Amino acid sequence: MNRNPPPRPVGPRWATYLLHGLCPPHRAEELAGDLDELFQQRIGEVGLRRARWRYVRDVFSLLRPSLLRREVTVYPKPTHTDMLRNYLTIAMRTLGRNKGYSAINIGGLAMGMTVAMLIGLWVYDELSFNKSFRHHDRIAQLWQFVTFDVEKSSYDVLPMPLADELRRNYPDFDNVSLAVTRNVILATGDQTFTQAGKYVEPGFASLFSLNLLSGTPSALADINSILLSESLAKTVFGSASPLDKLIRVDNKRDVKVAGVYQDFPANSAFNEVTFLAPWTLLVAIEEEAKRDQNQWDSNSYEIFAQLKPGADADLVSAKIKDIRMKRDNPPGYKPEFFLHPISKWHLYHDFKDGVNTGGLITFVWLFGAIGVIVLLLACINFMNLSTARSEKRAKEVGIRKAVGSVRSQLIAQFFSESLLIAMLAFVLALAAAQLLLPLFNQVAEKRVTMLWGNPWFWLAGLGFSVLTGLIAGTYPALYLSSFQPVKVLKGKFRVSRFAAVPRRVLVGFQFTVSVMLIIGTIIVFRQIEHAKSRPVGYSRSGLIEIPMKTPELYGHYESMRNDLLETRAITEMAESSNSITVQYGGTTDISWEGKNPTTKPLVMSNFVSHDYGKTVGWQLMAGRDFSRAYSTDTASLILNKAAVELMGLKDPIGAPIKRGGRTYSVIGVVNDMIKEDPFKPISPSFFALSYTNVNTINVKLSPQLATGEALAKVEQVFKTYSPDAPFDYKFVDDVFAKKFGTEERIGRLAGVFAILAILISCLGLFGLASFIAEQRTKEIGIRKVLGASVFTVWRLLSREFVLLVMIAFCLAAPLAYYVLSDWLQNYQYRTELSWWIFALAGLGALAVTLLTVSFQAIKAALLDPVKSLRSE
Amino acid sequence: MKGTYLGEFEEVVLLAVAIRSGDAYGVAVVNEIEQQMGRSVSLGAVHSALNRLQEKGLVDSELGGATAERGGRRKRLYTVTAYGRRALEEVRQLRNQMWAAIPQTTWS
Repeated sequence: MNRNPPPRPVGPRWATYLLHGLCPPHRAEELAGDLDELFQQRIGEVGLRRARWRYVRDVFSLLRPSLLRREVTVYPKPTHTDMLRNYLTIAMRTLGRNKGYSAINIGGLAMGMTVAMLIGLWVYDELSFNKSFRHHDRIAQLWQFVTFDVEKSSYDVLPMPLADELRRNYPDFDNVSLAVTRNVILATGDQTFTQAGKYVEPGFASLFSLNLLSGTPSALADINSILLSESLAKTVFGSASPLDKLIRVDNKRDVKVAGVYQDFPANSAFNEVTFLAPWTLLVAIEEEAKRDQNQWDSNSYEIFAQLKPGADADLVSAKIKDIRMKRDNPPGYKPEFFLHPISKWHLYHDFKDGVNTGGLITFVWLFGAIGVIVLLLACINFMNLSTARSEKRAKEVGIRKAVGSVRSQLIAQFFSESLLIAMLAFVLALAAAQLLLPLFNQVAEKRVTMLWGNPWFWLAGLGFSVLTGLIAGTYPALYLSSFQPVKVLKGKFRVSRFAAVPRRVLVGFQFTVSVMLIIGTIIVFRQIEHAKSRPVGYSRSGLIEIPMKTPELYGHYESMRNDLLETRAITEMAESSNSITVQYGGTTDISWEGKNPTTKPLVMSNFVSHDYGKTVGWQLMAGRDFSRAYSTDTASLILNKAAVELMGLKDPIGAPIKRGGRTYSVIGVVNDMIKEDPFKPISPSFFALSYTNVNTINVKLSPQLATGEALAKVEQVFKTYSPDAPFDYKFVDDVFAKKFGTEERIGRLAGVFAILAILISCLGLFGLASFIAEQRTKEIGIRKVLGASVFTVWRLLSREFVLLVMIAFCLAAPLAYYVLSDWLQNYQYRTELSWWIFALAGLGALAVTLLTVSFQAIKAALLDPVKSLRSE
Repeated sequence: MKGTYLGEFEEVVLLAVAIRSGDAYGVAVVNEIEQQMGRSVSLGAVHSALNRLQEKGLVDSELGGATAERGGRRKRLYTVTAYGRRALEEVRQLRNQMWAAIPQTTWS
């Protein structure tokens, strides 16, 4: 027999669900009861079908706003500040009770925020480069692509007549100005200064919105005047008014200070320009400039232009591309002019075969990414520690609920705690960033300042802090507040086995990043070392160079050399075209036996005096050096190894080389010397004798004398020849070292970030390990009672983390390999990605992890089990 | 004056609560109205009216015990407050006063 009564018919379930879904809980029971009662009653009156129908109708009739309104909370509403103050008090007490965790939490987050802030400022500075000019959306610099051999090379120097051509025949331009940078000796009274400045046409002032503090901009049209930057005017004239004072330029001509302008901003292309002189002055004092005025094939001058509003740079580029090729005698290197807009000068400076390949923007991205990652690491710590701690607070939640807290109050409390921590970290980070800024500027070679007055800075900083606080607070706020107080207080509450999974994933991620950064740093430093240890081909020790800026230095080669040798302060002296650390100028007008007539390779030209080889200590591989004993040496050349390889000469000595309509014979071959980029292969070059086409004096100091003493003696001789010019020498060593500037800067920054990332990860690990050890105190106690050794306990606690680091390493190694081999592709002369670097990084990470975890593990293992088991 | 105005349907509901005094809950009120007026009313209209009456303070309510016929759900029992009773009396008095004022000739 069926003892269960037949099931009662009920109204359509979906309507019931709808009612329960929408109606406020305090009404639902009563309404559902009424509905059910009416339904049962109506089945008897009108039948099941119509009863169901009326049931649905009634449900809908109940869904009216007045009945859907939620119940007003039964709690009295204290003024809001009261409750907030209570949350803050509780949060402060929680922080104070766990000082260690709080310090790790706030400190780690503040560290990450500081790094992100500094990087953010750096990125902002880079992105705002050249933005200070009023018409920065319409300014462009003229560039040209030229084809020497197969590939197109790009140059930002152009022929002088192009400027006039653009002004006269191309209406797309509002303003065109020639410019050229020179290091000039400025003399006034008995002071002399060597300063970098620009000779410019009058249009330059309005083109770059020059801010004149005194004087008139029309001065740039007057050959007898000069404009000084505010800072230069201060150094030269102090507080006295510089206006109308006389300055002698390069010991050639006197000009009058016609105005002072506000310095160009540090983050602009002209940050090193300290004065502006009229173009006419350049033409008057430089022979070459005078000659180049109508030379379409002498590419030595910058041209800046401002487009008319609405003109498109690409379209104008297409129009001006073939200006030179359409004229008479088009040159073999096929110049193509184009406009490089100001927005791209700084960050997109590199071209390869006629295509822009970026430039500094790579680093903006790289450091931007690093900043975000470091911040992410810090946030992960914050979240991990907050969630790990919060499980301890389940009991607190239970009691709060039992006493009468409602869920929304618990949520508010947990959120206010995590927001408080985030805000404290933000304030700390602001202070730290301000303190570290000078150091950072030094490392990054920047002049970045805190953007205290920029609302975006505050918005981003505060927005981020709030976001971090909210994300980190979500777990405790939403999960813990949902506990049922009865279960928690009974002690039945168990964290599920999977609660730790997200934490493990996050720690794994942190270590993946750390290992990648370690590998990256090692590789960058190896690459720099690799290039530094490359044979340079000459001897840099004791070698100094002095630019020949004043006319008095020319034409006294023999007597000057004799005077210098007599002082015994030097071992040799020579003159050359340009410093040994740069390579200016080359020629395609060069041919040899067996040359393929269709190609036009560029061979770099160097002009030197007889004693150059001995001075710089180059390494002769075949033949002989220049010698005064052979009068025929004026028609002789010395080639470097790369040139011999390019020309394919089997027996280079005595081979005839045609250059500029004359035939020279090769007398010697020297080993390749690194004059240009130390990461690139060496260009084929030749050396020829000249005593006029030179501008640099090279001096090899005697190793017998102390450097200071030797320099003083050289200066004395120097002053007898050119009393007005400052003795402006440079050690070739230092100049050469600057070639590694960019790479060293990246290396240093990457190193700092790697250390910080590891530090932050370790902080998190430390906190987590100590938390886990604390959680398992009882377990460890029982294990010890049963006979576990310290080592066993240590292994028990460390195993998980070691496993995590190993997984992280397996992820990081291939990723790092991929990224770094990509980076190394940029260098033609590069180091190898050896396996031991990866192994080292992995072991390093493992060692750091073990050290961090072991501290906590051993501490836990040494605890007296009696103590840990006694209290319950 | 929104607070004291008694709408026609509200008046009916309030009267039904008074009639079923002691056992006045949603369904009872619905049944009472249907029986007295011979027209069907929706449950929503009744509850909404009860809600309004309670907000005005004309009725009071409390949750009663669970009964089997409602699937174990509790019912909310409404009682007319003193204020509610006065409101009903005022309405009635007003009606009577107005009835008395009708001249006898009107109906002839």
